[in-house]
Amino acid sequence: MNKTINQKAWLFVIPVFILVAFNAVVPLMTVVNYAFQETFGNNVFTWEGTRWFKQILRSERFHAALGRQFLFTGIILAIQIPLGIAIALTMPKKGIGVPVCLVLMSMPLLIPWNVVGAMWNIFALPEIGFLGHTLNDMGFDYNFTQQIGDAWFTTILMDVWHWTSLVVLLSYAGLRSIQPAYYQAAEIDGASRWAVFRHIELPKMKKVLTIAILLRFMDSFMIYTEPFVLTGGGPGNATAFLSIDLVKMALGQFDLGPAAAMSLIYFFIVLLVCWVFYNLMMRNEVQS
Amino acid sequence: MKKFKWLVPTIYIIFLMLPIYWLLNMSFKTTTEIINTYSLWPQKFTFENYITIFTDSTWYTGYLNSIYYVVMNTVLSVAAALPAAYAFSRYKFLGDKHLFFWLLTNRMAPPAVFALPFFQFYSSINLFDTHVAVALSHCLFNIPLAVWILEGFISAVPKELDETAYVDGYSFWRFFIKIFIPTIVAGIGITMFFCFMFSWVELLLAKTLTAVAAKPIAATMTRTVSTSGYELGLLAAAGSLTIIPGAIVIYFVRNYIAKGFALGRV
Repeated sequence: MNKTINQKAWLFVIPVFILVAFNAVVPLMTVVNYAFQETFGNNVFTWEGTRWFKQILRSERFHAALGRQFLFTGIILAIQIPLGIAIALTMPKKGIGVPVCLVLMSMPLLIPWNVVGAMWNIFALPEIGFLGHTLNDMGFDYNFTQQIGDAWFTTILMDVWHWTSLVVLLSYAGLRSIQPAYYQAAEIDGASRWAVFRHIELPKMKKVLTIAILLRFMDSFMIYTEPFVLTGGGPGNATAFLSIDLVKMALGQFDLGPAAAMSLIYFFIVLLVCWVFYNLMMRNEVQS
Repeated sequence: MKKFKWLVPTIYIIFLMLPIYWLLNMSFKTTTEIINTYSLWPQKFTFENYITIFTDSTWYTGYLNSIYYVVMNTVLSVAAALPAAYAFSRYKFLGDKHLFFWLLTNRMAPPAVFALPFFQFYSSINLFDTHVAVALSHCLFNIPLAVWILEGFISAVPKELDETAYVDGYSFWRFFIKIFIPTIVAGIGITMFFCFMFSWVELLLAKTLTAVAAKPIAATMTRTVSTSGYELGLLAAAGSLTIIPGAIVIYFVRNYIAKGFALGRV
């Protein structure tokens, strides 16, 4: 769409700007403040320069948390994106099945995150939970509160349960926008199912899939509440992802300087990845 | 293969419903029964947990608090985002692209990063433990999202609509309220749904910014579990009840939900 140049448009943006800046600028500056200084309370600060940053960047604890975070996000994306597409492709296209599927599939998205954690906790407990009990009946030695592998398995399964529907809904919206004429043309050409997917459906879903990957990356990278309630970051530190580790450091040990430095590094990584995705997405939009 | 196509969504939905069923199942059991016996449905069916929640004010005020700040946030976010989204969609102005990305970066900020500074900031302006504080703090991620979704919907409306209205002698605000808002009412509904959803499910900030007077239900749940040991029946009942508001709003937007999740960009 060709846009008119109009500097007065700023007036429309001002309420949004003020509301977001109110929340973003002061707290972010507080974090920056802590990141470069040492405090012993009473508002006494001494300048520390980049000491906290160096300390964090060299600390093994941070490397481990970052590694776990990337592994988790990688696994999540590798499962949820293909699975979401597959489910969207097999969903009914008309009739009563459509609203039934949409409403039921959206359910997990609207449950408060700590309820998701608590729900999965009682669902997976080895003694009283359906999942834990069933797995143990089948002969698996399953206990997510004690075994690292089981804790990861449960956390990932929980996230798949919680968020795959987002990918399904996005892909489904993309699929619905394809004109029937495309499919008819493909049929006349005798295109195989795979060819239809590869050359018609996938290109049409490109835009929504970029959004899906962007949202899933952001949210899985920031994940806190669900694993905190489910495993508390344990056993040991096995499922202590970045946010959990950060809150532990800031509120648990009150190491404000290093925690603030870690916050900034953390935020910077998210920004960097999102910036790349954002530009990809905008390019898609300009093209279409 | 075509014949078995329905199997995939069916199995997926069963997988989605299992933990929810388990939660419901537990909510109708007594805590003793949950701990001592394993059964796929309640042996001694009881409403006791729900009765406790509806009669104990520490429990039900949690729900009222949550709904109160969520509604406040939804109205605030959409009202502020609407003109802004219009501006981003229709006009070019100094710094528009940077501003748009800056807005989005706030959706990307991990709440854990902001928890402590938010606590200090809202305490210093005397808003700690109020509904307004939570509603305002949720603007951090809901406004960018609202602007993003609305911008998608508004861009789908041809510009000729605006121009025709001006030719017909409409002033800007009269056009905006009388013609434009009714045109994108579906988009506004979807945006409200999303603001509702993200404010409803968020807990970290809501919990950090409240103590007693504005404590959300989800936080009430965590506290009860940690202090009184294993009130699993109560926990399950409280959890089950948090699903209801979401289910109601989904039902209202069911026809637009897929498009809405695509942020209006299909």
